[in-house]
Amino acid sequence: MASDNDSDEDFVTYGTPLEPLEEDEPLRKPVPLHEQTVKDEKGRFQRFHGAFTGGFSAGYFNTVGSKEGWTPSSFVSSRQQKAEKQHARPEDFMDEEDLSEHGIAPREITTSKEFSSSRRDLAREKAQAISALSAPIPGDTLLEELIAPARSSIGVELLRRMGWKEGQGVGPRVKRRTNRQKTARVYGCAPRPAGSEDSEDSDEEFAPENVTFAPKDVTPMDFSPKVGVQGLGYRGLDPGLALVGRSAPKHIDLFNLQSDRNSQLFGDKQQHTHRGGVAGQAFGVGALEDDDEDIYQRDALSNYDTVLGGEEPGDGLYGWTAPQQYTKKKALHRVTFYSVYLGKILEGFTLASKSAEEKTIFPPPSLPRDYRPVHYFRPVVDVSSVSPALADALRASRGQLVQGGDQSGGRHQLDSSQRRALLGETALQGHSSVMDLLRSEDRERLVNLCKSSNLPSSPVSGPHTTLPSPGALAKSSLSSRFQPKEVLASWPDIQGSQTFRPFEENPSKQARYDLYLRRLKQGDKDALEASLDPNMTEWEKSREREEFVRASILYRPSSSSLASRFTRGKHQEDDNTVEVSQDQEADVDDKQAAVTMKMFGKLTRDSFQWHPDKLLCKRFNVPDPYPGSSTVGLLKVKRDKFSVFNFLTVAGNLETPGTPFCRAAIIHLLFSAARRCCCTRHMITFPPNLHIVEFQNLKIFLEFCVHKKESIRKSKQGMRFGILPQIYLFF
Amino acid sequence: MAFPLPKPQAPQLPQHLLRTIDCQQGAVRAVRFNADGNYLLSCGSDKSLKLWSASRGTPLKTYSGHGYEVLDADGSYDNSQICSCSSDKTVILWDVATGQVSRKLRGHAGVSCAVDDFLLHRSIDGTVRCWDTRSRRFEPIQVLDEARDSISSVKVAQHELLTGSVDGRLRRYDLRMGQLYVDFINSPITCVCFSQDGQCTLTSTLDSTVRLLDKSTGEMLGEYTGHKMKGYKLDCCLSGKDTHVLSCSEDGHVYCWDLVEGSLSLKLPVGKAVVQSLSFHPTETRLLTAMEGRVQVWGAEPEETEEAMAT
Repeated sequence: MASDNDSDEDFVTYGTPLEPLEEDEPLRKPVPLHEQTVKDEKGRFQRFHGAFTGGFSAGYFNTVGSKEGWTPSSFVSSRQQKAEKQHARPEDFMDEEDLSEHGIAPREITTSKEFSSSRRDLAREKAQAISALSAPIPGDTLLEELIAPARSSIGVELLRRMGWKEGQGVGPRVKRRTNRQKTARVYGCAPRPAGSEDSEDSDEEFAPENVTFAPKDVTPMDFSPKVGVQGLGYRGLDPGLALVGRSAPKHIDLFNLQSDRNSQLFGDKQQHTHRGGVAGQAFGVGALEDDDEDIYQRDALSNYDTVLGGEEPGDGLYGWTAPQQYTKKKALHRVTFYSVYLGKILEGFTLASKSAEEKTIFPPPSLPRDYRPVHYFRPVVDVSSVSPALADALRASRGQLVQGGDQSGGRHQLDSSQRRALLGETALQGHSSVMDLLRSEDRERLVNLCKSSNLPSSPVSGPHTTLPSPGALAKSSLSSRFQPKEVLASWPDIQGSQTFRPFEENPSKQARYDLYLRRLKQGDKDALEASLDPNMTEWEKSREREEFVRASILYRPSSSSLASRFTRGKHQEDDNTVEVSQDQEADVDDKQAAVTMKMFGKLTRDSFQWHPDKLLCKRFNVPDPYPGSSTVGLLKVKRDKFSVFNFLTVAGNLETPGTPFCRAAIIHLLFSAARRCCCTRHMITFPPNLHIVEFQNLKIFLEFCVHKKESIRKSKQGMRFGILPQIYLFF
Repeated sequence: MAFPLPKPQAPQLPQHLLRTIDCQQGAVRAVRFNADGNYLLSCGSDKSLKLWSASRGTPLKTYSGHGYEVLDADGSYDNSQICSCSSDKTVILWDVATGQVSRKLRGHAGVSCAVDDFLLHRSIDGTVRCWDTRSRRFEPIQVLDEARDSISSVKVAQHELLTGSVDGRLRRYDLRMGQLYVDFINSPITCVCFSQDGQCTLTSTLDSTVRLLDKSTGEMLGEYTGHKMKGYKLDCCLSGKDTHVLSCSEDGHVYCWDLVEGSLSLKLPVGKAVVQSLSFHPTETRLLTAMEGRVQVWGAEPEETEEAMAT
């Protein structure tokens, strides 16, 4: 049984399967016949009568019209007032079902009897005879011939009035009968008129010149559609040939090559001459007949071909592959046309007089021998990292070499200066630092403050009010924080190529870093400043300064023997997601504003999907609101770790410094941070509503500091937001 | 014939002191009526929980077993169990009749609230833990850890949990809908409770304001001010027929506002110290207040009950 189940899938099933029998279920009684009802499309019952009473019941319970049957209420006849004769047509008793398409009297547009031509039409009969030959039942036109209509159609009547006679063609009269079979050699199987027999040619000997003739009648083309799935040109066995027991052809040629079918159809002379009438042996041998040799006709397989094509034509000298001249010569007495062509010519087709144009086919190009169908992408090489000779070679070889180390790995990796260069804009003329925005006395004050107080060693040791002067102070602070000597000491003379490439994601930055290292190796005191991009903003510069110094310390090349034992990780940690609840609470500031305005309600309300535990629902006697849900509590989703908004609450209680100076500085830094953030891959989005918030909250700003991974790590170690020395000063 | 309808009485306020119970258990941290209002529970700072008769003021039972001062207590609806929590970070489920500890759940410090089959326990770490009192499991069924600060109050209505948190948010967990509604009130919440009809929530916050919020929309229906609530976690409640709003105050009074008008209708002088806790009788006009080591019972008509008591 298991195999049956398996094999079930391989079969196509028709119909609706029977309901599976259940073992316990009692066998249902079949519905008795008198309870089986059939309804028509309007819901009326249709009762079957027996086979002999025929079909459906009519009317109301086999009566007509009503329960009582006929109620001839309208029939009143008296001596004074005779009943009018009721003209009832059969249609009056039919409902729409009977008149519908499949009813007994379908209503459709048909040719009425007057216009239908049922008069004997010789040409049509001929065509019918032709078609009857290929019909499955030969001679089914016999019935039509027997039933001859008494009337002719109106078209025939009209034609006759116009002087047409039967057997003539329609059209203007002609001087002579033009188409003579022998003289006009027709190439192609244009159907010759049926009347063009050789015997008529002799009648044309005397043709007076002033006599015109009616045109010849033309056999209409038979445009019967092809039915059946047989191939073109297929014709079945002619039963008349096979079974009637004709004596003439013993062999039945199914695959006649020389198209004797055409000759059959077009009335060639060698027609079979046999008696008409009923003369089959099936009716026995009459007393007057002496033909009793073969009473029971037998069909033998030897009458049929067993090989396609049958016996070789001709004399068998050459066979199928006989040279053309030979076959031509042999078939000279026939129409030469057919002898050229060895195949069977389909009915309705003709051989082409011109040969088809030969198509020139161009061969595909030959592949080189060492061709491999795999594309190999050449590595994109940074010019600055390879030797100049190699770079030249690369540049010469393909134009795709990165220009000047500015590898554009996407427009997001460009920084502002690169974009500026691409767009052909000039550098901004405005203030490059917050300090320029300040008044001179403020600046002075800040410088004094800075001088008086020590620079912080820890970035977030508290809110600092000190500020360096724009350029020099930053440098001095840097130099005090990151001792270049130490860095220099850590970079002894290094042979070989530099292995650590910490800024590989940003090639131009890496190039700058390489430059810095190179200068560092040369003992350049001013290596850091010289290697930075002068087009960058102060913020970016300071940031890069710190990064370079740190990287140079961190990625100090180890001794070569040790370094060979380690391999670098391909990527930094990619786990950039944290789980946060799916529905984030709306902005707290808005809510606070709403609370102060005492507008409780929609503004202060958040609603979340919350999944209670199943047992809790049970104990509360409450149906589980989320049946089938496995989660408990609020829904959690993975978010990007470095999204600004995830961390908005981390720095929750920081307040904005109130002085306008701080705000200006923060705004400036925010913008530069935002600009910067757009260039790095780690920054996700710049909050679109920043201009609304107007940076009143410092925590938003802090988020921009968090966007780098280093700072994330720092923040894990105790919420120290610090990568930028300048920023700390503003707090 | 129809009798004329009785005159609608003006709602009475518990303005007469019926009796004062000296609990003898240190400072009373909380005082609670039981479900039908016949008994009262007092949580003392001497690690004991006491059951009193509310009508006579006689001590009935003392439950001792906590390791530190008892912070809050509640009785089950069938009066068979009491749960109490203490600052030793345990919740104890007591058997009322025997006074034995039936279960002891170690969780976190906080105040608890008990219902028949489960037990809610809010804690300082910002979670509400739901325990199944029927099973012997020691893990909570569910921990509601949505609050960002410690939970100060928990209440349960038919299918809803109401929590108030110090992060200034009122959270309502609707079990039937599977929804959590968070109302932002911007000030640390000290106490939350449902109204008797279950349509409103009352929250008292540390900005010396009691707010009546519509439960379904979160809109504010009333705001009651005048008392002082700045640093203590003090209780508030609604009167038995939702006619008045009551709140403790740090100036030694219990303030009673008319719910609809929002006007101060009664300023009940309890003592000089802070009114630590209060509880309103579920059906009658009776109020419990706790101040220092005393519990005071307040009623609408003083003499009759006093006389009845005396006789």
